[in-house]
Amino acid sequence: MLASILITFVSAVFINNFVVVKFLGICPFLGVSKKIKTAAGMGAAVIFVMTFASAVTWLVQEFMLKPLELEYLQTIAFILVIAALVQLVEMILQKTSQSLYKALGVYLPLITTNCAVLGVCLLNLEIQGDARFLMSVLNGAFSGVGFTLAIVLFAGIRERLETAQVPKCLEGFPISLIAASLVSLAFLGFQGLFQGLI
Amino acid sequence: MKLFKIFKNGIIDENPTFRLVLGTCPTLAITTSAINGIGMGLATTAVLIGSNVVISLLRKFIPGKVRMPAFVTVIAGFVTIVQMLLKAYVPSLDKALGIYIPLIVVNCIIMARAESFASKYPVLDSAVDGLGMGVGFTLAITALGAVREILGNGSIFGQYLFGESASPALAMILPPGGFLVYGLAIGLVNLLTKRQVLAAGCGAKDAGCEGCGGQCGLQTAEKEGQS
Repeated sequence: MLASILITFVSAVFINNFVVVKFLGICPFLGVSKKIKTAAGMGAAVIFVMTFASAVTWLVQEFMLKPLELEYLQTIAFILVIAALVQLVEMILQKTSQSLYKALGVYLPLITTNCAVLGVCLLNLEIQGDARFLMSVLNGAFSGVGFTLAIVLFAGIRERLETAQVPKCLEGFPISLIAASLVSLAFLGFQGLFQGLI
Repeated sequence: MKLFKIFKNGIIDENPTFRLVLGTCPTLAITTSAINGIGMGLATTAVLIGSNVVISLLRKFIPGKVRMPAFVTVIAGFVTIVQMLLKAYVPSLDKALGIYIPLIVVNCIIMARAESFASKYPVLDSAVDGLGMGVGFTLAITALGAVREILGNGSIFGQYLFGESASPALAMILPPGGFLVYGLAIGLVNLLTKRQVLAAGCGAKDAGCEGCGGQCGLQTAEKEGQS
């Protein structure tokens, strides 16, 4: 059990990193990564929502869509669940924890359209074996951690890029993408880390 | 004539991939081959036309406050239809695109067009806008797919170009190549057209889609973060 949790962790954070290997959540990765501080805030909000969304969508799939044979409504059901969940999390945070709300608040609405959240919910359904619910929730949380790691690392690079001299036509998006390519190349090094174990 | 202008706008002036930099996830993820690019592009175009038409028809009935959930539901409906059609008729493409088919729902091109065009203009204009944007997206990702396939796999549309002895640069069809080719392609387009990416005017500013369109999300997030 512990071993499989560890494998899920390393796999979600390093080997199959959501952003730089699976290309999910690229938009916030490029959009909210100009400063390390905002990147970390976004990352925290994503971990939060991904964990909750993984739990709720798994339950929706298992106890509502499957018994009613409505699996084809998966996409609609999941996106609405996520949108409602984000709204709910925002409201609860506002009422209960002002400090956390202030830290995460601005990022929460942006997360509904973050494809990493819908992505992790859909990928969770492919998990086989024991304790599928627990593994789905953990996978959600760890994938969020992977997202945070990538976006914070990338923000560090972007802060340096600000002062670098870049050809005019590559300023802004293009040079960021090229930098992201190098980050992705680094993560590629983890590939095959656990070969034979997974 | 006006319709043609709307059509051209999506392909050249406001190309979603190179000018607006929207829908980056599928652009990077599935451009490992030219054929995947065409498949993804056509699937997105179908959803885009459908959702634009329906949202344009409903534009007077959807209350402003709940327009986001309403749009998302319409879009998700069309995505589900496309998903089922692909599963039934082109299972190989469905397998190649995998999870990125349901993820068309969160493709910000569609949301951005719903918000900035379909909810304001009549049906025919909206349909043409959907078609133009879709074709622009399809052409762009097919071109990116072709470049990556040639460099990374030595083939184009599955036809091998350089014979068996040539060993292609595998990294180009791996994730790093995606970022690199896309970045250089935007740079090239900027160089040729002598213009900068329209990131700030991505049209999605009021769409709550800020998380997607790059710069605009950054601006709102930072502005609110400071206040």
